[in-house]
Amino acid sequence: MKKSAIALAFAASLSLVGSAFANNLVVNGSTTVLPIAQSAAEKFMESNPEVSITVSGGGSGNGIKAIIDGTTDIANASRFIKTSEVKAAVEKGSYPVPFAVAMDALLPVVHPSNPVKDLSIEQLCKIYKGEITNWKELGGDDAKIAVVGRDTSSGTYEVWDEKVMKKERVTPRALVVASNGAMVQTVAKNKLAVGYIGVGYVNDTIKTLSVQGIEGNVKTVLDGEFPISRYLYMFTQGWPEGNALKFINFVLSDAGQEIVGKTGYVPLR
Amino acid sequence: MNEKTPGAVITAIASVSLVIMVFLLYFLLQEGLPALREVSIRELILGFDWYPTEEPPALGMAPLIVGSLSVTALSALIAIPLSIAIAVFLSEVAPTWVQEVLKPALELLGFLPSIVLGFLGMVVLAPWLQESFDLLSGLNLLNASVLMGAMIIPIVASLAEESFQAVPRELRDASFALGATRWETIRKVVFPAALPGLLSASLLGIMRALGETMVVLMAAGGAALVPVSIFDPVRPLTSAIAAEMGETPVGSTHYHALFFAGLILLAMTLGINLISMWIEKKGKERWMA
Amino acid sequence: MSRKYVDRLASAVLWTSAATLVIVLLSVMAYILANGAEAISWEFLTQPPRDSMTKGGISTPIIGTFQLVLVSMTFAVPVGIATGIFFAEYASAGIFTTMLRLCVRCLAGVPSVVYGLFGLSLFVIFLRFGSCLLSAGLTLGCLALPLIITASETALLAVPQDFRLASYALGAGKWQTVKKVVLPAAMPTILTGAILSVGRVAGETAPIIFTGAAFFAPNVAKSLFQEVMALPYHIMVLATAGTHIEQTRPIQYGTVLVLLMVVMGVSSVGIIARARLRRKRK
Repeated sequence: MKKSAIALAFAASLSLVGSAFANNLVVNGSTTVLPIAQSAAEKFMESNPEVSITVSGGGSGNGIKAIIDGTTDIANASRFIKTSEVKAAVEKGSYPVPFAVAMDALLPVVHPSNPVKDLSIEQLCKIYKGEITNWKELGGDDAKIAVVGRDTSSGTYEVWDEKVMKKERVTPRALVVASNGAMVQTVAKNKLAVGYIGVGYVNDTIKTLSVQGIEGNVKTVLDGEFPISRYLYMFTQGWPEGNALKFINFVLSDAGQEIVGKTGYVPLR
Repeated sequence: MNEKTPGAVITAIASVSLVIMVFLLYFLLQEGLPALREVSIRELILGFDWYPTEEPPALGMAPLIVGSLSVTALSALIAIPLSIAIAVFLSEVAPTWVQEVLKPALELLGFLPSIVLGFLGMVVLAPWLQESFDLLSGLNLLNASVLMGAMIIPIVASLAEESFQAVPRELRDASFALGATRWETIRKVVFPAALPGLLSASLLGIMRALGETMVVLMAAGGAALVPVSIFDPVRPLTSAIAAEMGETPVGSTHYHALFFAGLILLAMTLGINLISMWIEKKGKERWMA
Repeated sequence: MSRKYVDRLASAVLWTSAATLVIVLLSVMAYILANGAEAISWEFLTQPPRDSMTKGGISTPIIGTFQLVLVSMTFAVPVGIATGIFFAEYASAGIFTTMLRLCVRCLAGVPSVVYGLFGLSLFVIFLRFGSCLLSAGLTLGCLALPLIITASETALLAVPQDFRLASYALGAGKWQTVKKVVLPAAMPTILTGAILSVGRVAGETAPIIFTGAAFFAPNVAKSLFQEVMALPYHIMVLATAGTHIEQTRPIQYGTVLVLLMVVMGVSSVGIIARARLRRKRK
């Protein structure tokens, strides 16, 4: 009885193996880019029903590793490829090609009742370092600042770290929230809070601050005027061909860029 | 077929567990120890700065270790007394029909996926804590510990109940015959007799809490700092591994450090497991004597 | 305070703690049911996610979970039963048996995220399976193995010695006795053990994050080397990632409810079947 059960299971697993379908596109990598990739994949498959796109979120590091190893077709990354990764790619004889697909910008936000309107990068850095602890020092009321940040593994934190903190460390006293949505809720409830969110999340319950006198919006981000922003990338193994090329073209097309806007990022045009 | 063959085949298949254990240790050591090439063990374990994405990364795991220990300790504090109370109730007080309903229910509760608890912590408990205690965020040590407590109650209570059941009937009868009340019998006779079993049950619960990932990943807040209040967020080892493994380049120091964190977790849980096995053995020997 | 009074008080405290547990448990279940029920419909169960996962259903994660369970059990059940047979019938006292027992006990205590690290380094990287159904399923299989081993051994040991003696008396060899007498007698109990481990495996998240869970896959995996969506991972993804966390809350509750029904359903079948078997033996 057992033998036949094993044989059956074996046969079942064999039939599962099969060969991977030629029209399969695997997209792997950064969780930041996931919403774009997922929505774009859905729309792309509507007009190309023969193609099947799997999207997974291993993170930028895993995505780029997968491109180098050739185990994925497209790698999403919220950062550019690192020198160590280029070295690894060269050693393996592979040639990752980057495509910028969207921009990600972070806006500092406060409670609507807060009189402060503008902060410089330096002031923001000092707030998050824990050096400036009172709104009075920034032209606001005499009250303590409640610093709200994101956890170190999020892509959002990475941008803030890179563009605002530079080499400085966020004070351990900063409160940590898990998502853009939670940030909005937290700041909307706390009169003393300061936080940062992606451009797609702005609503009436919070007030956005300009940075160095520059309002953060689609135009200033694209101009490169607004300082807290970065590009999001899709990497391919060599110059893309076939479905990978079609998909990248779709993401960069008007329809694709509309999706970028809808998912809370800044379209490239 | 030779009569010896099946035995040899069975033995060969049985050694799969041994192979898995060896591979598990081998890979954790192989991927974890290279972290020591870049960072000293002292800095890794006693360093208080966990900034793994900096260049060069600061990989002090003390806040993560303290995070793991604090969630485990607080959840044990919440869950163990309650579990033992439930076990005493089930074994000594409850009428048969209550036992028949509650025991399977308790066991079923042990199958509750941790992701469900983590989800509840995030969407129900966190906003409630935030409102009622006027906090900046409800994702903190207390939230994670309460959920973790709920997670380990079924484990500890079931095992504790078994060890109460293992206490021979005669001991109780003798105590009742001497005129002791039920509570006195429980406290002075049954409880001391079941103590090794209770200890081992509690240790297994603690071991489970230490290794649990999803609850702390979703509900503990995720800040790598040493908590000074139960309302502070923490980032236990398990949630650091789950959250950061994907974002780091394979083979980087951070990658190796996360495997090292896995090694620390494995060492702690194995240690607790061995202690509980030793206690169980001692307990059995006592009944033999 | 009179002794009798203390006794009553103690009973009251014990009743209260048990009642608290039951009330909390029931209210949590009721809460999930109330919030999840409205999301559940035929469409929800049979359609894949649509429109950035804000609409549609969860058919792909449901089937993915089923596939993961199948792969893990294909590995863990035969190996687990064989190991149980080894312990119950073949093991002789010695260093090998002691070591093996120690390993099984230790494996049962290994944190699930550490299984994830192990699966990542062994199946995904070392054996080059990549992140896929096979890697994730085998990782879950390793996690389930100690449970099945323990259940099998207990079941086999519970088979009365007389059965074996009678079989030997008829001239049967050891393997024939095990195969024809002991194993069939123990099989129902072993299977309930396997069912219970299915309950455990279906709800696990941490081991599959790096070994084969997909954020989004449009179709059911047709090969062992494709990534799959899974219910627990889907809950995590919807609740923590993406830009539509608030909009998808009903879907999140719905998914939680479905996962609970699957896990609790399978586990209660196991628990009830085991209780029946125990009663029969008595």
